[in-house]
Amino acid sequence: MNKIIKYVLLDIIKSKIIIAYTLFLLLLSIGLFNLGGSPDKGILSLLNLVLLTVPLISIVFATTHFYNSYEFMELLVSQPINRTKIFMSEYLAVALSLSVAFLVGVGIPVAVFGAGLTGFYLVLTGVFITFIFVAMAFLASVITRDKAKGIGIALMLWFYFALIYDGIVLFILYAFGDYPLEYATLAMTVLNPVDLGRIIVLLNLDVSALMGYTGALYKSIFGSVWGITAAFGLLLLWALIPVLSSRRIFSRRDL
Amino acid sequence: MIAIENLHKSYGKLQVLRNVSVEFSPGKVVSIIGPNGAGKTTLSKCILGMVLPDSGEIKIDGQSVLGKHAYRSQIGYMPQIGRYPENMKIRQVIEMIRDIRKDAKEVDEELIGLYSLKEIDEKRMGALSGGTKQKVSAALAFMFNPRILILDEPTAGLDPIAAEILKSKILKEKKRGKLILITSHIMSEIEEVADEVLCLVDGSIKFYETIPDLKAHTQEERLSRAVAKIMNEGYHP
Repeated sequence: MNKIIKYVLLDIIKSKIIIAYTLFLLLLSIGLFNLGGSPDKGILSLLNLVLLTVPLISIVFATTHFYNSYEFMELLVSQPINRTKIFMSEYLAVALSLSVAFLVGVGIPVAVFGAGLTGFYLVLTGVFITFIFVAMAFLASVITRDKAKGIGIALMLWFYFALIYDGIVLFILYAFGDYPLEYATLAMTVLNPVDLGRIIVLLNLDVSALMGYTGALYKSIFGSVWGITAAFGLLLLWALIPVLSSRRIFSRRDL
Repeated sequence: MIAIENLHKSYGKLQVLRNVSVEFSPGKVVSIIGPNGAGKTTLSKCILGMVLPDSGEIKIDGQSVLGKHAYRSQIGYMPQIGRYPENMKIRQVIEMIRDIRKDAKEVDEELIGLYSLKEIDEKRMGALSGGTKQKVSAALAFMFNPRILILDEPTAGLDPIAAEILKSKILKEKKRGKLILITSHIMSEIEEVADEVLCLVDGSIKFYETIPDLKAHTQEERLSRAVAKIMNEGYHP
């Protein structure tokens, strides 16, 4: 398995997109930290941009990579290698290289500008989001053989989780504003990894004081060690479910 | 050596293989023929595990191979259209496959030498012509001295000299007791290298016979005429 990961990584590095992505994140984070004044403000603006761009780039890059390595996988499938091994190597190589890019591009500036625990949560959330969206990309890619369709599905997924979902939540909150919705919003947060990541970081910033009663509830849940662990556990689940289901589809289909 | 029992495969509504049962024994060159879309490639891909059959059984040396992968170390496969990672060089592809199959005891580099692949091994796979890609495919298929070779239209796209080299290699490997399955449309070529002909039409076996038998049955001198006669008149063994 390590061997296959090695070859996939070599291929990814050669494409130079990863390097461009790293530089983009690096510029973004250094710029925001210098603009914001206090590290907390920097983290806050960085959080919003990271939660928009990291899923998009992860899902688009992973989907195109999957379709472009079709030949590579075909070549390996006729060799004495397990299909699930080929699939998992592809997944890990893509997710790891994007995560390394994120760690360098965001992790280093966060460490340099000294953002403490909140910064650490931001970096960890970013890595989880990368793994989750690469998993979704692979799911979109194994569902259809058509590259254009696959990228379309991937973009729809990003659109849904990054933009549409929040709209739906806001609509529900507005429409049912007369009812107590604290636990309902909590459930809705869990159903979207991007929101979950956002809440994890936000609640460790002072701004959570501005979020009213729901904010207080969230704070009491996500503020504790247990709450944070559960939240990251849920993020892990968000990565595992698409990976395992796409692995299953991949090992049972014709190439 | 390979036993296929009641193999069925359909892509959606399209039935590609219908109840195919056949046995291949070692030391033979078997040519799989049939019209386009008859299921030749699907059959060889089923043996390789690239296509998963709906029902039926494929056994190699009495062991079922469905859902397994280790048995592929005994198979060399040359695809119809070799598709390779575009930005890898010839050298890297060969090295990678060797790296993956480190446990292979014997490495046969004869075709790499005969096709002078060493001289162009810094070329990117994406920049190669179809024929050169076929040469790489052939070299890879024969490299680990497999007991079974599956060649899918091996000479299509190869220049005459390269095709000759491949044919003599096929005959050489046959003498060493290997089973070689070739799908092809070129009857003269089949006549040169094959011992037996398996004909698929619409996913079922039309006939499976040795070439001399086939000629005797149809009273034709040439294989192409014999096959054409059977196809046109229907076959009654």
